[in-house]
Amino acid sequence: MEFIANVQGLTAVAIGIIVGLGALGAALGIGIMGSKFLESAARQPELVPMLQGRMFLLAGLIDAAFLIGVGVAMMFAFANPLLAALQAA
Amino acid sequence: MSPEKSSGGLTEYIVHHLTHNKVQVGGQTLHFDSWMIALVVGLLGCFLLWSQARKATAGVPSKPQAFVEMVVEFVDSQVKDTFHGDRRFIAPLALTIFVWVFFMNAMDLLPLDLVGAGVSAVAGEETAHHTYFRMVPTADINTTFAMSITVFFLIIFYSIKAKGGWGFTKELFTAPFHAHGTVAKVILAVPNLFLNLVEYLSKPVSLGMRLFGNMYAGELVFMLISGLFLSWWTFAFGVAFHSVWAIFHILIILLQAFIFMVLTVVYLAMAHEHH
Repeated sequence: MEFIANVQGLTAVAIGIIVGLGALGAALGIGIMGSKFLESAARQPELVPMLQGRMFLLAGLIDAAFLIGVGVAMMFAFANPLLAALQAA
Repeated sequence: MSPEKSSGGLTEYIVHHLTHNKVQVGGQTLHFDSWMIALVVGLLGCFLLWSQARKATAGVPSKPQAFVEMVVEFVDSQVKDTFHGDRRFIAPLALTIFVWVFFMNAMDLLPLDLVGAGVSAVAGEETAHHTYFRMVPTADINTTFAMSITVFFLIIFYSIKAKGGWGFTKELFTAPFHAHGTVAKVILAVPNLFLNLVEYLSKPVSLGMRLFGNMYAGELVFMLISGLFLSWWTFAFGVAFHSVWAIFHILIILLQAFIFMVLTVVYLAMAHEHH
């Protein structure tokens, strides 16, 4: 029981770190990219269609790392493989 | 199998929904659900495009025809922007990837318990409890890696085709760091090879993991929101959150299909470049 609680506690902290740091990085990235996009759109409005496509592409790329992190974190939250090893033993 | 009927609560509900329908084929485990949905959806995409192409007119196009033309032209212009050269194979490849991945991702928008409800309506609650089915093929790492490894082989094929067998091998050893003397070339051969291997292997891994991660996380969030249906107090919140996440997810599924397509074309364009 104690071991399980230990693993659960550490996992909860790990999930927080994975999601939190991932969100921090992705938010900074999207923020910087969005501000640069608006700046360049204001400077050269005729380039907006081309820039918009690339911005969405990069938004997807930036988001991907974060969402992969969320997926891994959720897996640890609901079907913890570390806990399964403990329960098998 | 709605959450309130299962005994183990939300965790069991999620674990049940994350289990694949497995079939043993020749000693290997095959994820039957991913395979079948991918096949059905791929055939559906082929049929939709084919049926519109067959009755295409040069006159006033019907609305479906205009839509298909729009998709084809959009993909073609994307390919034209990134890939300079003969795109008779690459543009249809990009269209296939875009349409197929989009349809597979779109399975995420179907109700989570659609299959479970169907099975329990036909064969009863007990059978439904032992039937596992995952609707989203791209939330299965096998599907995404099968696609990205196919792209990887295409990269190798086009590199060899563009540079020749000898040119491709030579570039593996001389590419990022260029040297002029024989001694320097020999010294730099090992780091060059190492960097090239990392570069080549990172492409299919990042391509496959990106699509898988996005779809898996999206599916999991839908399941977590379903947990709100556990009590009637939170039912309205469940409906609201499901709607918001589904609307956001329309963007994600299109974006991921688009990214997979564009990156494939970019990688194939890079394979044609000489260093």
